[in-house]
Amino acid sequence: MKLNAIENELLKNIADLHKIPSGAVNIRKNGEGIIRHSSANIEVRPKTDKPGIDVIIAPGTKNEAVHIPVLITMSGVVDVVYNTIIIGEGADVTVVAGCGIHNPGSKKSQHDGIHEIIVKKGAKMRYLEKHYGEGEGTGERVLNPQTLVIMEQDSMAEMELVQIKGVDSTVRDTKAKLAEGASLIITERLLTHQNQEAVSDMTIELNGQGSNAKVVSRSVAKDNSKQVFRPIVIARASSKGHVECDSIIMNQGKISSTPAITAEHPDAQLTHEAAIGRIAEEQLLKLMTLGLSEEEAEDVILRGFLQ
Amino acid sequence: MLKLESVYLHLKNGHEDFPILEDINLELENNKFYALTGPNGGGKTSLAKVIMGIYKNDKGRLIFDGEDITNLSITERAKVGISYAFQNPPRFKGMKIKDLLKISADESSLRAMLRAVGLCPQDYLDRECDASLSGGEMKRIELATVLARPSKLVIYDEPEAGVDLWSFENLLQLIRNYHKKGNVTSVVITHHERVLSLADEIILLADGKIAERGSKEKILPLIQKDSRCCWQANCGGNDNEIECY
Repeated sequence: MKLNAIENELLKNIADLHKIPSGAVNIRKNGEGIIRHSSANIEVRPKTDKPGIDVIIAPGTKNEAVHIPVLITMSGVVDVVYNTIIIGEGADVTVVAGCGIHNPGSKKSQHDGIHEIIVKKGAKMRYLEKHYGEGEGTGERVLNPQTLVIMEQDSMAEMELVQIKGVDSTVRDTKAKLAEGASLIITERLLTHQNQEAVSDMTIELNGQGSNAKVVSRSVAKDNSKQVFRPIVIARASSKGHVECDSIIMNQGKISSTPAITAEHPDAQLTHEAAIGRIAEEQLLKLMTLGLSEEEAEDVILRGFLQ
Repeated sequence: MLKLESVYLHLKNGHEDFPILEDINLELENNKFYALTGPNGGGKTSLAKVIMGIYKNDKGRLIFDGEDITNLSITERAKVGISYAFQNPPRFKGMKIKDLLKISADESSLRAMLRAVGLCPQDYLDRECDASLSGGEMKRIELATVLARPSKLVIYDEPEAGVDLWSFENLLQLIRNYHKKGNVTSVVITHHERVLSLADEIILLADGKIAERGSKEKILPLIQKDSRCCWQANCGGNDNEIECY
Protein backbone atom coordinates (compact mmCIF):
# COMPACT_ATOMS: atom_id res chain seq x y z
CA MET A 1 0.00 0.00 0.00
CA LYS A 2 1.27 3.44 -0.90
CA LEU A 3 0.93 6.49 1.29
CA ASN A 4 0.18 9.94 -0.07
CA ALA A 5 2.26 13.09 0.54
CA ILE A 6 0.31 14.18 3.63
CA GLU A 7 0.57 10.73 5.19
CA ASN A 8 4.28 10.55 4.43
CA GLU A 9 4.78 13.98 6.01
CA LEU A 10 2.95 12.90 9.16
CA LEU A 11 5.01 9.71 9.34
CA LYS A 12 8.21 11.67 8.96
CA ASN A 13 7.23 14.03 11.77
CA ILE A 14 6.04 11.47 14.29
CA ALA A 15 8.30 8.51 13.62
CA ASP A 16 11.21 9.83 11.53
CA LEU A 17 10.08 7.37 8.87
CA HIS A 18 10.78 8.20 5.25
CA LYS A 19 9.41 4.88 4.00
CA ILE A 20 7.53 1.93 5.39
CA PRO A 21 9.98 0.02 7.60
CA SER A 22 10.77 -3.55 6.66
CA GLY A 23 10.47 -5.06 10.17
CA ALA A 24 7.49 -5.30 12.49
CA VAL A 25 5.05 -2.49 11.83
CA ASN A 26 1.43 -1.47 12.23
CA ILE A 27 0.18 1.73 10.65
CA ARG A 28 -3.31 2.80 11.59
CA LYS A 29 -5.11 5.44 9.53
CA ASN A 30 -8.45 7.05 10.30
CA GLY A 31 -9.47 4.25 12.67
CA GLU A 32 -8.29 1.27 10.61
CA GLY A 33 -5.08 -0.72 10.34
CA ILE A 34 -3.75 -0.19 6.81
CA ILE A 35 -0.30 -1.77 6.98
CA ARG A 36 0.67 -4.61 9.28
CA HIS A 37 3.74 -6.86 9.31
CA SER A 38 5.22 -9.13 11.91
CA SER A 39 8.86 -10.16 12.03
CA ALA A 40 10.41 -13.42 13.16
CA ASN A 41 10.63 -12.17 16.76
CA ILE A 42 7.88 -9.56 16.93
CA GLU A 43 4.30 -10.55 16.34
CA VAL A 44 1.77 -7.84 15.59
CA ARG A 45 -1.83 -9.06 15.69
CA PRO A 46 -5.20 -7.31 15.83
CA LYS A 47 -7.29 -7.52 18.97
CA THR A 48 -10.50 -9.47 18.57
CA ASP A 49 -12.61 -7.78 21.27
CA LYS A 50 -11.87 -4.10 20.64
CA PRO A 51 -9.96 -1.85 18.24
CA GLY A 52 -6.20 -2.11 18.57
CA ILE A 53 -3.31 -4.52 18.41
CA ASP A 54 -1.23 -6.83 20.52
CA VAL A 55 2.52 -6.62 20.00
CA ILE A 56 4.29 -9.67 21.35
CA ILE A 57 8.05 -9.51 21.44
CA ALA A 58 9.77 -12.85 21.92
CA PRO A 59 12.08 -13.32 24.90
CA GLY A 60 15.70 -12.52 24.13
CA THR A 61 14.94 -10.40 21.02
CA LYS A 62 17.79 -7.94 20.59
CA ASN A 63 18.26 -4.74 18.64
CA GLU A 64 14.92 -4.81 16.87
CA ALA A 65 12.28 -2.14 16.56
CA VAL A 66 8.55 -2.11 16.07
CA HIS A 67 6.73 0.91 14.60
CA ILE A 68 3.09 1.48 15.47
CA PRO A 69 2.22 5.01 14.32
CA VAL A 70 -1.31 6.35 13.97
CA LEU A 71 -2.37 8.79 11.26
CA ILE A 72 -5.55 10.80 11.10
CA THR A 73 -6.09 12.69 7.89
CA MET A 74 -9.83 13.36 7.96
CA SER A 75 -11.94 15.84 9.85
CA GLY A 76 -14.49 14.52 12.32
CA VAL A 77 -12.70 11.26 13.17
CA VAL A 78 -12.65 10.09 16.80
CA ASP A 79 -10.37 7.09 17.03
CA VAL A 80 -10.00 5.14 20.26
CA VAL A 81 -7.43 2.36 20.15
CA TYR A 82 -6.25 -0.18 22.71
CA ASN A 83 -2.72 -1.51 22.26
CA THR A 84 -0.97 -4.08 24.39
CA ILE A 85 2.78 -4.43 24.07
CA ILE A 86 4.60 -7.27 25.78
CA ILE A 87 8.39 -7.18 25.82
CA GLY A 88 9.63 -10.70 26.46
CA GLU A 89 12.18 -11.62 29.13
CA GLY A 90 15.68 -10.42 28.37
CA ALA A 91 14.66 -8.65 25.15
CA ASP A 92 16.19 -5.30 24.17
CA VAL A 93 13.98 -3.42 21.71
CA THR A 94 12.71 -0.05 20.54
CA VAL A 95 9.03 0.77 20.22
CA VAL A 96 8.15 3.76 18.06
CA ALA A 97 4.58 4.91 18.57
CA GLY A 98 3.12 8.37 18.00
CA CYS A 99 0.22 10.03 16.27
CA GLY A 100 -0.07 12.69 13.62
CA ILE A 101 -3.30 14.49 12.80
CA HIS A 102 -3.87 16.41 9.59
CA ASN A 103 -7.28 18.02 10.00
CA PRO A 104 -8.48 19.53 6.73
CA GLY A 105 -12.00 20.47 7.89
CA SER A 106 -14.03 22.17 10.59
CA LYS A 107 -14.84 19.15 12.77
CA LYS A 108 -12.78 17.88 15.67
CA SER A 109 -10.37 15.02 14.97
CA GLN A 110 -9.30 13.03 18.00
CA HIS A 111 -7.12 10.08 18.83
CA ASP A 112 -7.17 8.37 22.22
CA GLY A 113 -4.37 5.83 22.37
CA ILE A 114 -4.69 3.53 25.35
CA HIS A 115 -1.50 1.53 25.79
CA GLU A 116 -0.58 -1.19 28.22
CA ILE A 117 3.08 -2.09 28.12
CA ILE A 118 4.52 -5.01 30.03
CA VAL A 119 8.29 -5.11 30.26
CA LYS A 120 9.16 -8.60 31.40
CA LYS A 121 11.97 -9.64 33.72
CA GLY A 122 15.37 -8.32 32.65
CA ALA A 123 14.03 -6.77 29.42
CA LYS A 124 14.97 -3.35 28.08
CA MET A 125 12.69 -1.06 26.14
CA ARG A 126 13.18 2.29 24.47
CA TYR A 127 9.81 3.87 23.75
CA LEU A 128 9.35 6.93 21.53
CA GLU A 129 5.99 8.62 21.21
CA LYS A 130 5.66 11.83 19.22
CA HIS A 131 2.47 13.78 18.74
CA TYR A 132 1.98 16.29 15.98
CA GLY A 133 -0.87 18.22 14.43
CA GLU A 134 -1.30 20.17 11.21
CA GLY A 135 -3.88 20.93 8.57
CA GLU A 136 -5.58 23.86 6.95
CA GLY A 137 -8.95 23.23 8.65
CA THR A 138 -10.33 24.97 11.70
CA GLY A 139 -11.34 21.72 13.40
CA GLU A 140 -9.63 20.87 16.66
CA ARG A 141 -6.79 18.36 16.79
CA VAL A 142 -7.03 16.37 20.01
CA LEU A 143 -4.72 13.68 21.35
CA ASN A 144 -5.32 11.90 24.65
CA PRO A 145 -2.77 9.17 25.32
CA GLN A 146 -3.10 6.84 28.29
CA THR A 147 -0.13 4.63 29.01
CA LEU A 148 0.32 2.04 31.72
CA VAL A 149 3.76 0.47 32.03
CA ILE A 150 4.22 -2.63 34.14
CA MET A 151 7.88 -3.22 34.80
CA GLU A 152 8.95 -6.59 36.10
CA GLN A 153 12.07 -7.41 38.08
CA ASP A 154 15.31 -5.85 36.78
CA SER A 155 13.66 -4.47 33.65
CA MET A 156 14.64 -1.12 32.16
CA ALA A 157 12.64 1.39 30.17
CA GLU A 158 13.46 4.72 28.65
CA MET A 159 10.44 6.64 27.40
CA GLU A 160 10.49 9.79 25.33
CA LEU A 161 7.11 11.48 25.08
CA VAL A 162 7.06 14.44 22.76
CA GLN A 163 4.40 16.84 21.54
CA ILE A 164 6.04 18.76 18.73
CA LYS A 165 3.34 21.24 17.75
CA GLY A 166 -0.12 21.68 16.34
CA VAL A 167 -2.08 19.77 18.98
CA ASP A 168 -5.00 21.87 20.24
CA SER A 169 -5.78 19.81 23.28
CA THR A 170 -4.15 16.93 25.05
CA VAL A 171 -4.75 15.14 28.30
CA ARG A 172 -1.90 12.75 28.91
CA ASP A 173 -2.08 10.09 31.57
CA THR A 174 1.03 8.01 32.19
CA LYS A 175 1.29 5.38 34.90
CA ALA A 176 4.15 3.05 35.73
CA LYS A 177 4.54 0.32 38.32
CA LEU A 178 8.07 -0.84 39.02
CA ALA A 179 9.07 -4.14 40.60
CA GLU A 180 12.34 -4.97 42.32
CA GLY A 181 15.41 -3.58 40.56
CA ALA A 182 13.41 -2.01 37.72
CA SER A 183 14.62 1.27 36.25
CA LEU A 184 12.59 3.87 34.38
CA ILE A 185 13.48 7.17 32.74
CA ILE A 186 10.69 9.29 31.31
CA THR A 187 11.49 12.41 29.31
CA GLU A 188 8.51 14.52 28.33
CA ARG A 189 8.83 17.48 25.97
CA LEU A 190 5.91 19.67 25.10
CA LEU A 191 5.36 22.77 23.05
CA THR A 192 2.03 24.53 23.01
CA HIS A 193 1.08 27.70 21.17
CA GLN A 194 -1.95 29.79 20.19
CA ASN A 195 -4.86 28.68 22.43
CA GLN A 196 -3.72 25.10 22.94
CA GLU A 197 -4.08 23.27 26.22
CA ALA A 198 -2.02 20.40 27.60
CA VAL A 199 -2.50 18.44 30.79
CA SER A 200 -0.02 15.78 31.81
CA ASP A 201 -0.60 13.48 34.75
CA MET A 202 2.02 10.93 35.70
CA THR A 203 2.00 8.45 38.52
CA ILE A 204 5.10 6.36 39.04
CA GLU A 205 4.95 3.67 41.71
CA LEU A 206 8.23 2.32 43.01
CA ASN A 207 6.96 -0.92 44.46
CA GLY A 208 10.11 -3.05 44.44
CA GLN A 209 13.30 -2.80 46.41
CA GLY A 210 16.10 -1.11 44.45
CA SER A 211 13.77 0.25 41.79
CA ASN A 212 14.39 3.75 40.50
CA ALA A 213 12.70 6.33 38.31
CA LYS A 214 13.60 9.68 36.86
CA VAL A 215 11.02 11.95 35.29
CA VAL A 216 12.23 14.95 33.30
CA SER A 217 9.68 17.31 31.86
CA ARG A 218 10.59 20.24 29.63
CA SER A 219 7.94 22.43 28.14
CA VAL A 220 7.32 25.71 26.39
CA ALA A 221 4.00 27.57 26.51
CA LYS A 222 3.67 30.31 23.88
CA ASP A 223 0.90 32.75 22.97
CA ASN A 224 -2.26 32.04 25.03
CA SER A 225 -1.62 28.37 25.60
CA LYS A 226 -1.98 26.60 28.94
CA GLN A 227 -0.15 23.66 30.45
CA VAL A 228 -0.64 21.67 33.63
CA PHE A 229 1.89 19.13 34.92
CA ARG A 230 1.17 16.81 37.83
CA PRO A 231 3.87 14.15 38.04
CA ILE A 232 4.02 12.12 41.23
CA VAL A 233 6.47 9.46 42.33
CA ILE A 234 5.37 7.14 45.11
CA ALA A 235 8.02 5.00 46.81
CA ARG A 236 6.71 1.90 48.56
CA ALA A 237 10.11 0.24 48.94
CA SER A 238 13.76 1.13 49.37
CA SER A 239 14.05 2.95 46.07
CA LYS A 240 15.06 6.18 44.39
CA GLY A 241 13.01 8.70 42.47
CA HIS A 242 13.56 12.13 40.98
CA VAL A 243 11.13 14.49 39.27
CA GLU A 244 12.27 17.56 37.38
CA CYS A 245 9.96 20.00 35.61
CA ASP A 246 11.43 22.90 33.63
CA SER A 247 9.24 25.25 31.68
CA ILE A 248 9.68 28.33 29.55
CA ILE A 249 6.75 30.68 29.47
CA MET A 250 6.24 33.22 26.69
CA ASN A 251 3.68 35.85 25.73
CA GLN A 252 0.44 35.20 27.66
CA GLY A 253 1.12 31.50 28.27
CA LYS A 254 0.16 29.86 31.56
CA ILE A 255 1.89 26.91 33.22
CA SER A 256 1.10 25.09 36.40
CA SER A 257 3.70 22.60 37.54
CA THR A 258 3.28 20.57 40.71
CA PRO A 259 5.74 17.70 40.93
CA ALA A 260 5.06 15.56 43.98
CA ILE A 261 6.86 12.82 45.86
CA THR A 262 5.40 10.43 48.40
CA ALA A 263 7.49 8.07 50.51
CA GLU A 264 5.88 5.05 52.11
CA HIS A 265 9.13 3.37 53.05
CA PRO A 266 11.85 4.70 55.41
CA ASP A 267 14.65 3.95 52.92
CA ALA A 268 13.04 5.77 50.04
CA GLN A 269 15.11 8.59 48.50
CA LEU A 270 12.97 11.03 46.56
CA THR A 271 13.71 14.48 45.20
CA HIS A 272 11.88 16.92 43.01
CA GLU A 273 12.42 20.32 41.45
CA ALA A 274 10.43 22.66 39.26
CA ALA A 275 11.20 25.90 37.49
CA ILE A 276 9.15 28.18 35.26
CA GLY A 277 10.53 31.29 33.67
CA ARG A 278 11.03 33.38 30.58
CA ILE A 279 13.97 32.92 28.25
CA ALA A 280 16.88 34.53 30.07
CA GLU A 281 17.79 37.87 28.49
CA GLU A 282 21.49 37.01 28.65
CA GLN A 283 20.85 33.97 26.45
CA LEU A 284 19.15 36.11 23.80
CA LEU A 285 21.88 38.74 23.97
CA LYS A 286 24.63 36.16 23.62
CA LEU A 287 23.14 34.67 20.47
CA MET A 288 22.44 38.11 19.02
CA THR A 289 26.12 38.99 19.46
CA LEU A 290 26.78 36.02 17.16
CA GLY A 291 24.65 37.64 14.47
CA LEU A 292 21.22 36.09 15.06
CA SER A 293 18.11 38.24 15.16
CA GLU A 294 16.05 38.16 18.36
CA GLU A 295 13.51 35.82 16.72
CA GLU A 296 16.24 33.49 15.44
CA ALA A 297 17.90 33.47 18.87
CA GLU A 298 14.59 32.63 20.54
CA ASP A 299 14.05 29.79 18.10
CA VAL A 300 17.52 28.34 18.68
CA ILE A 301 17.07 28.51 22.47
CA LEU A 302 13.67 26.81 22.37
CA ARG A 303 14.88 24.07 20.02
CA GLY A 304 17.80 23.36 22.32
CA PHE A 305 15.62 23.38 25.42
CA LEU A 306 13.17 20.92 23.87
CA GLN A 307 15.88 18.82 22.21
CA MET B 1 38.50 51.81 13.06
CA LEU B 2 36.27 52.62 16.03
CA LYS B 3 35.61 56.10 17.29
CA LEU B 4 33.46 57.02 20.27
CA GLU B 5 32.43 60.66 20.37
CA SER B 6 31.23 62.05 23.66
CA VAL B 7 29.40 58.88 24.69
CA TYR B 8 27.24 58.94 27.81
CA LEU B 9 25.39 56.09 29.49
CA HIS B 10 22.92 56.18 32.37
CA LEU B 11 21.27 53.09 33.79
CA LYS B 12 18.14 52.98 35.88
CA ASN B 13 17.82 51.07 39.12
CA GLY B 14 14.21 51.39 40.19
CA HIS B 15 13.45 55.09 39.97
CA GLU B 16 17.05 56.10 40.41
CA ASP B 17 19.21 57.05 37.48
CA PHE B 18 22.93 56.23 37.72
CA PRO B 19 25.58 57.74 35.48
CA ILE B 20 27.73 54.87 34.22
CA LEU B 21 29.78 56.42 31.43
CA GLU B 22 30.49 60.11 31.04
CA ASP B 23 31.85 61.88 28.01
CA ILE B 24 33.80 58.95 26.61
CA ASN B 25 35.96 60.00 23.69
CA LEU B 26 38.00 57.13 22.40
CA GLU B 27 39.60 56.11 19.17
CA LEU B 28 40.84 52.58 18.49
CA GLU B 29 43.21 51.87 15.62
CA ASN B 30 43.23 48.95 13.22
CA ASN B 31 45.13 45.84 14.26
CA LYS B 32 46.12 47.13 17.69
CA PHE B 33 45.96 45.08 20.86
CA TYR B 34 44.39 47.08 23.70
CA ALA B 35 43.98 46.36 27.39
CA LEU B 36 41.04 48.08 29.06
CA THR B 37 41.50 48.18 32.80
CA GLY B 38 40.50 50.05 35.92
CA PRO B 39 38.85 49.53 39.31
CA ASN B 40 35.69 47.46 39.76
CA GLY B 41 32.59 49.43 38.88
CA GLY B 42 34.57 51.82 36.71
CA GLY B 43 32.49 51.14 33.60
CA LYS B 44 34.63 48.70 31.59
CA THR B 45 31.95 46.09 30.90
CA SER B 46 29.36 48.83 30.32
CA LEU B 47 31.62 50.43 27.73
CA ALA B 48 32.04 47.06 25.99
CA LYS B 49 28.27 46.58 26.02
CA VAL B 50 27.73 50.02 24.54
CA ILE B 51 30.14 49.17 21.71
CA MET B 52 28.37 45.83 21.12
CA GLY B 53 24.95 47.53 21.24
CA ILE B 54 23.75 45.65 24.33
CA TYR B 55 23.43 48.98 26.14
CA LYS B 56 22.14 51.94 24.22
CA ASN B 57 24.15 55.10 24.89
CA ASP B 58 22.11 58.18 25.89
CA LYS B 59 24.31 60.65 24.08
CA GLY B 60 27.20 60.59 21.63
CA ARG B 61 28.08 58.69 18.48
CA LEU B 62 29.91 55.51 17.59
CA ILE B 63 31.72 55.40 14.26
CA PHE B 64 32.95 52.02 13.02
CA ASP B 65 35.04 51.83 9.83
CA GLY B 66 33.74 55.27 8.89
CA GLU B 67 30.06 54.30 9.36
CA ASP B 68 27.82 55.66 12.10
CA ILE B 69 26.70 52.55 14.01
CA THR B 70 25.04 54.41 16.89
CA ASN B 71 21.59 53.20 15.92
CA LEU B 72 22.52 49.70 14.78
CA SER B 73 21.16 46.74 16.75
CA ILE B 74 23.33 44.08 18.39
CA THR B 75 22.70 41.76 15.46
CA GLU B 76 23.67 44.41 12.92
CA ARG B 77 26.83 45.27 14.83
CA ALA B 78 27.73 41.57 14.95
CA LYS B 79 27.26 41.41 11.20
CA VAL B 80 29.57 44.38 10.54
CA GLY B 81 32.33 42.56 12.44
CA ILE B 82 32.09 43.44 16.14
CA SER B 83 32.37 40.53 18.58
CA TYR B 84 32.09 40.38 22.34
CA ALA B 85 33.16 37.52 24.61
CA PHE B 86 31.02 37.69 27.75
CA GLN B 87 32.56 37.83 31.18
CA ASN B 88 29.92 35.41 32.50
CA PRO B 89 28.69 33.53 29.46
CA PRO B 90 25.13 32.23 29.84
CA ARG B 91 24.35 28.52 29.91
CA PHE B 92 21.73 26.99 27.64
CA LYS B 93 19.79 24.14 29.17
CA GLY B 94 19.25 21.34 26.68
CA MET B 95 21.38 22.88 23.93
CA LYS B 96 24.32 20.79 22.86
CA ILE B 97 27.68 22.51 22.66
CA LYS B 98 27.95 21.61 18.98
CA ASP B 99 24.65 23.39 18.29
CA LEU B 100 25.91 26.55 19.98
CA LEU B 101 29.17 26.42 18.04
CA LYS B 102 27.32 25.86 14.75
CA ILE B 103 25.96 29.39 15.00
CA SER B 104 29.49 30.69 14.55
CA ALA B 105 31.05 28.13 12.26
CA ASP B 106 30.25 25.35 9.82
CA GLU B 107 30.07 21.77 11.00
CA SER B 108 33.42 20.74 9.57
CA SER B 109 35.35 23.09 11.85
CA LEU B 110 33.62 22.33 15.17
CA ARG B 111 36.19 19.80 16.30
CA ALA B 112 39.07 22.15 15.53
CA MET B 113 37.30 24.93 17.44
CA LEU B 114 37.05 22.82 20.56
CA ARG B 115 40.60 21.56 20.30
CA ALA B 116 41.80 25.16 19.95
CA VAL B 117 40.32 26.04 23.34
CA GLY B 118 41.72 22.89 24.93
CA LEU B 119 38.55 20.80 25.04
CA CYS B 120 38.43 17.26 23.61
CA PRO B 121 35.74 17.19 20.90
CA GLN B 122 34.67 13.64 21.70
CA ASP B 123 33.95 14.67 25.29
CA TYR B 124 32.24 17.99 24.62
CA LEU B 125 30.47 18.16 21.25
CA ASP B 126 27.39 16.30 22.48
CA ARG B 127 27.40 17.66 26.02
CA GLU B 128 24.71 20.05 27.08
CA CYS B 129 25.74 23.64 27.53
CA ASP B 130 24.23 23.68 31.02
CA ALA B 131 25.12 23.89 34.69
CA SER B 132 27.12 20.66 34.49
CA LEU B 133 29.94 22.69 32.89
CA SER B 134 32.34 24.56 35.12
CA GLY B 135 32.87 28.31 34.80
CA GLY B 136 36.25 27.65 33.20
CA GLU B 137 34.76 25.29 30.62
CA MET B 138 32.09 27.85 29.78
CA LYS B 139 34.74 30.53 29.26
CA ARG B 140 36.56 28.29 26.78
CA ILE B 141 33.36 27.56 24.87
CA GLU B 142 32.56 31.27 24.89
CA LEU B 143 35.95 32.00 23.39
CA ALA B 144 35.40 29.31 20.75
CA THR B 145 32.08 30.89 19.67
CA VAL B 146 33.76 34.27 19.29
CA LEU B 147 37.01 33.21 17.64
CA ALA B 148 35.19 31.13 15.04
CA ARG B 149 33.54 34.26 13.66
CA PRO B 150 35.13 36.61 11.16
CA SER B 151 35.58 39.82 13.17
CA LYS B 152 37.20 43.19 12.78
CA LEU B 153 36.94 44.11 16.44
CA VAL B 154 36.85 41.63 19.32
CA ILE B 155 36.25 42.65 22.93
CA TYR B 156 37.15 40.01 25.52
CA ASP B 157 35.57 40.68 28.90
CA GLU B 158 37.90 39.41 31.61
CA PRO B 159 38.94 36.19 29.87
CA GLU B 160 40.99 35.30 32.95
CA ALA B 161 37.96 35.14 35.27
CA GLY B 162 37.23 31.58 36.36
CA VAL B 163 40.06 30.05 34.34
CA ASP B 164 43.01 28.38 36.02
CA LEU B 165 46.43 29.98 35.53
CA TRP B 166 47.76 27.25 33.22
CA SER B 167 44.70 27.27 30.98
CA PHE B 168 44.65 31.05 30.97
CA GLU B 169 48.12 31.19 29.48
CA ASN B 170 46.90 28.94 26.64
CA LEU B 171 43.75 30.99 26.10
CA LEU B 172 45.79 34.15 26.06
CA GLN B 173 48.05 32.60 23.44
CA LEU B 174 44.95 31.77 21.41
CA ILE B 175 43.73 35.37 21.64
CA ARG B 176 47.17 36.59 20.61
CA ASN B 177 47.33 34.19 17.66
CA TYR B 178 43.88 35.26 16.48
CA HIS B 179 44.99 38.86 16.78
CA LYS B 180 48.23 38.24 14.89
CA LYS B 181 46.36 36.67 11.98
CA GLY B 182 45.79 40.30 11.12
CA ASN B 183 43.05 42.70 10.29
CA VAL B 184 41.54 42.52 13.75
CA THR B 185 41.56 44.96 16.63
CA SER B 186 41.50 43.35 20.06
CA VAL B 187 40.35 44.86 23.34
CA VAL B 188 40.87 42.78 26.46
CA ILE B 189 39.13 43.92 29.60
CA THR B 190 41.44 42.73 32.32
CA HIS B 191 42.97 43.13 35.74
CA HIS B 192 45.73 40.70 34.86
CA GLU B 193 49.24 42.09 34.71
CA ARG B 194 50.26 39.46 32.15
CA VAL B 195 47.66 40.82 29.69
CA LEU B 196 48.51 44.42 30.50
CA SER B 197 52.15 43.70 29.69
CA LEU B 198 51.21 42.30 26.25
CA ALA B 199 49.06 45.24 25.18
CA ASP B 200 50.11 47.78 22.59
CA GLU B 201 48.21 50.31 24.60
CA ILE B 202 46.43 50.42 27.97
CA ILE B 203 43.21 52.33 28.54
CA LEU B 204 42.44 53.12 32.16
CA LEU B 205 38.77 53.63 32.94
CA ALA B 206 37.65 54.85 36.35
CA ASP B 207 34.36 56.33 37.57
CA GLY B 208 32.93 56.05 34.08
CA LYS B 209 35.62 58.22 32.53
CA ILE B 210 38.80 57.56 30.65
CA ALA B 211 41.39 58.42 33.26
CA GLU B 212 44.47 57.67 31.18
CA ARG B 213 45.64 55.86 28.11
CA GLY B 214 49.08 55.11 26.77
CA SER B 215 51.93 52.66 26.70
CA LYS B 216 52.33 50.05 29.42
CA GLU B 217 55.48 51.82 30.60
CA LYS B 218 53.41 54.90 31.28
CA ILE B 219 50.23 53.32 32.61
CA LEU B 220 51.35 50.31 34.69
CA PRO B 221 52.99 52.39 37.47
CA LEU B 222 49.88 54.57 37.60
CA ILE B 223 47.63 51.55 38.03
CA GLN B 224 49.75 50.16 40.83
CA LYS B 225 49.64 53.48 42.60
CA ASP B 226 45.97 53.99 41.93
CA SER B 227 44.90 50.52 43.12
CA ARG B 228 46.71 51.07 46.43
CA CYS B 229 44.85 54.36 46.90
CA CYS B 230 41.55 52.74 46.08
CA TRP B 231 42.09 49.94 48.55
CA GLN B 232 42.93 52.27 51.45
CA ALA B 233 40.13 54.61 50.56
CA ASN B 234 37.63 51.77 50.51
CA CYS B 235 38.58 50.03 53.74
CA GLY B 236 39.70 53.11 55.60
CA GLY B 237 42.57 51.22 57.20
CA ASN B 238 46.20 50.39 56.63
CA ASP B 239 48.39 47.42 55.80
CA ASN B 240 48.90 46.46 59.44
CA GLU B 241 45.18 46.08 59.89
CA ILE B 242 45.02 43.72 56.93
CA GLU B 243 47.77 41.54 58.38
CA CYS B 244 45.98 41.40 61.76
CA TYR B 245 42.79 40.38 60.05
